[in-house]
Amino acid sequence: MFHIYCPHCAEYREEEEFHAAGQAHIARPLDPEACSDKEWGEYMFFRKNPRGIHHELWVHAAGCRKFFNITRDTQSYEIKEVYKIGEKPSVVAE
Amino acid sequence: MSDLNVMTAAEMAATKAAVMDQVPGPEIQGQSPLHHADLDSLAKVGPKQGGVHLREHKLLGHLTLRLNPENDDQLAAAERVLGVALPLQPLTSVESGSYSVRWMSPDEWLILVPGLEAFDVESKFRDEMGGHYSLVNSSGGSTVLELSGPDVVELLKRCTSIDLHPKLFPVGKVVSTVFAKSSAIIRRTGEHSFELVIRRSFSDYIWLWLQETSREFGLVVKA
Repeated sequence: MFHIYCPHCAEYREEEEFHAAGQAHIARPLDPEACSDKEWGEYMFFRKNPRGIHHELWVHAAGCRKFFNITRDTQSYEIKEVYKIGEKPSVVAE
Repeated sequence: MSDLNVMTAAEMAATKAAVMDQVPGPEIQGQSPLHHADLDSLAKVGPKQGGVHLREHKLLGHLTLRLNPENDDQLAAAERVLGVALPLQPLTSVESGSYSVRWMSPDEWLILVPGLEAFDVESKFRDEMGGHYSLVNSSGGSTVLELSGPDVVELLKRCTSIDLHPKLFPVGKVVSTVFAKSSAIIRRTGEHSFELVIRRSFSDYIWLWLQETSREFGLVVKA
């Protein structure tokens, strides 16, 4: 079980209150009409699956219902950092 | 991006159109989600001694207010209506007379008012507040249980993973969390008393759950 710090509630809560919502920082193409099928397909369906540092989007589903980002090590499961939407992560893969 | 907090007169007028008095006339009797449990009769015939006391605060007005916490005009308008400033600190609540306001998220508050005053409070908000905000009367969607007694913390420990130690969960703190696989908004109203806002559709389940879970302490239903 994760013990996750919610940056909006400003305290640690059990993992059962949260849902993972996949990879973070996926930018929607500014002009979808002009995208090739490959570009749009990669935006829609292709996700990273790194071994090590991974930036993820989580939602505090049973609490404040706000989304935020977690930087997590997929190998050790260690949560390196929690930061709000719009903030830049300070822990990044080398 | 356009400034959502500046509205034209036509837009302001439009926000007032949604107000509706949800309390029916005297010919229709209001029923709480736990009406079928007949807590009033249980309070008369049930046990008078026990470690956990339960009382339903039924048919209150539940108002969900959402606004931009950085908009001072809206915060001031809310204070004029409620008589108290919205709690901006996470997980806190305030009371003002018969009104109580809970922080739900950085831009959302749950306001409980006496059932018959919900329409008045809502109308006041529409008169006082401008700009981009949301006020929804969700009175029918939930009900309020008051749990108290010497064993109430022991009972809640069996229902939720929240740490209820007084240092971490002082009087006035409010959390929205998983409660007995369902969800609840838990607020501490005293050392041994808590208030639960629960979903209407889960109220029967939680009533059954609380009876089962409090069996070892003894459950006293109060009217």
